[in-house]
Amino acid sequence: MAMLEVNNIGISFGGLKAVDNFSVTIEKGQLYGLIGPNGAGKTTVFNLLTGVYKPDTGHIILDGNDITGKSTIEINQAGIARTFQNIRLFKDMSVLDNVKAGLHNHHRYSTLEGIFRLPKYFKVEREMNERAMELLKVFDLDGECDYKASNLPYGKQRKLEIARALATDPKLLLLDEPAAGMNPNETAELMKTIRFVRDNFDMTILLIEHDMKLVSGICEKLTVLNFGQVLTQGETSEVLNDKRVITAYLGE
Amino acid sequence: MKKNKVLIQNSITYALVIICWILAQLLISTGHMSSLMKGLLVPLCIYVILAVSLTLTVGNLGELSLGHAGFMCVGAFSGAFFTKCMEQAIPSVPVRFLLALLVGAAVAGAFGILIGIPVLRLKGDYLAIVTLAFGEIIKNLINVMYIGKDASGFHFSIKDTMSLGMDETGVVIVKGAQGITGTPKAATFTIGIILVLITLAIVLNLINSRTGRAIMSIRDNRIAAESIGINITKYKLMAFAISAALAGIAGVLYAHNISSLAATPKSFGYNMSIMILVFVVLGGLGNIRGSMIAAVVLTMLPELLRGLNDYRMLIYAIVLIVMMIFNSSPKAIEMRAVFMEKIKKNKKTAKEAA
Repeated sequence: MAMLEVNNIGISFGGLKAVDNFSVTIEKGQLYGLIGPNGAGKTTVFNLLTGVYKPDTGHIILDGNDITGKSTIEINQAGIARTFQNIRLFKDMSVLDNVKAGLHNHHRYSTLEGIFRLPKYFKVEREMNERAMELLKVFDLDGECDYKASNLPYGKQRKLEIARALATDPKLLLLDEPAAGMNPNETAELMKTIRFVRDNFDMTILLIEHDMKLVSGICEKLTVLNFGQVLTQGETSEVLNDKRVITAYLGE
Repeated sequence: MKKNKVLIQNSITYALVIICWILAQLLISTGHMSSLMKGLLVPLCIYVILAVSLTLTVGNLGELSLGHAGFMCVGAFSGAFFTKCMEQAIPSVPVRFLLALLVGAAVAGAFGILIGIPVLRLKGDYLAIVTLAFGEIIKNLINVMYIGKDASGFHFSIKDTMSLGMDETGVVIVKGAQGITGTPKAATFTIGIILVLITLAIVLNLINSRTGRAIMSIRDNRIAAESIGINITKYKLMAFAISAALAGIAGVLYAHNISSLAATPKSFGYNMSIMILVFVVLGGLGNIRGSMIAAVVLTMLPELLRGLNDYRMLIYAIVLIVMMIFNSSPKAIEMRAVFMEKIKKNKKTAKEAA
């Protein structure tokens, strides 16, 4: 069964149809790419999927559950986590605390248990620390766990954002331009990391990216958006050789 | 490793408070403390509690609140009201005071939630203005409130004592602008210090817990916090209400330190709210120990400088500016870092030499 099934969602802002009739089906474990020129509506699709905007039309079905019109928090709990185009870390908190904030809904104790330091606090905090360090190790950030998040170099901030998203234990991970602003070495490393996450976390990943090397390197299927509408979708190699995609986006 | 660092920092804060208490006790017992200073001890505790509690809203939640004196006012009057009502029912002073503290905190906390629900939809300057208005409204409301008690129960009026319509057994408890008079003086310096320690424990434990992380994540990035499933309204309200409840505790302590409690602009006006905010900002936003030190220094300073009468406010202003530069200017912070580095190096070379 498909992990994510999106049927004809659309949203307009005033007279502008930012996304119109967008449909996509992503199988479990797939690495799926969403590409298109600037302003095509890619990030708007992400915002629709995560409940930042409510779609005017259509349905979103995640792993068999209809999540259309639910709030961001409910959708996160249903299993969608995301990163942002412009990095949004908790910049004054430590690297470890960023990930622990992501564990918020999975390792619970009440506020009173926290204030009075009851046994459960110590037990759950220990679990949280272990889990958070595990995640940081995956991204090679465990050495910097005490750093303030804003003091990390750019590439590591991107990784930390992915680690924080994974901490919420999602079924589907949305990456919004993960390689933006990275140099070729960092991008190559990021490709390895994304593949590693997919294989080891059993993750389904949908990503927006402009770096064609990354897209052709790791995405199995692609959807191309143009002016809010799906231009074409299919296997990566087919899509990238499509005449329409070349004229609309890639260039001759 | 990080956990230990937090633990050490927190222990230093607790230790500082306890050392202050021991020092004050020593000075009192050896007779080196003037009566003026003795009178200042409980207010010091009150200001420290207020500063620590406001740190939670301003430093950790990241919302500017100018209504903290309002919550203190609510706590003070509900606490004093409880004490007056229960004077006969509960003869033991400590028990009554303890219950009054709980009542004051609960009522102030409830007001925090009540005010928080509409107000926390606002941000920044707008939130500051609305909370400022709240503080003023509370103060003025209490100024026209008359509550009396007789055999048939409580009577309430917003006109005058006569319109309460009580029989001859009636006693007026809240007398409008005169407030509540004759509250027994139950607050002592030791109780104040204990309350400071409790406040510190609540705030420090809260910050270093799951709830604290949620609160700070909202401050740092609201959108990202929502995207990882943190309920923004809930945690904002919680931080606001806890901060209000702690201000209520300070209010009860205040009410039981003076014999007649009135909602004057001097005690609960916006100047007071801004004063508390100055403590928090001067101490460095979110820096609890800093705000405590700022509260102590700025409360003592005007009294200590009484001898210099004419120049008192001038020196106060200069100290304020110097503290601000020392704490917030990037150059000053840099200089401090270099200085600390030097000390560390000296220590290391000394160790190596030995």
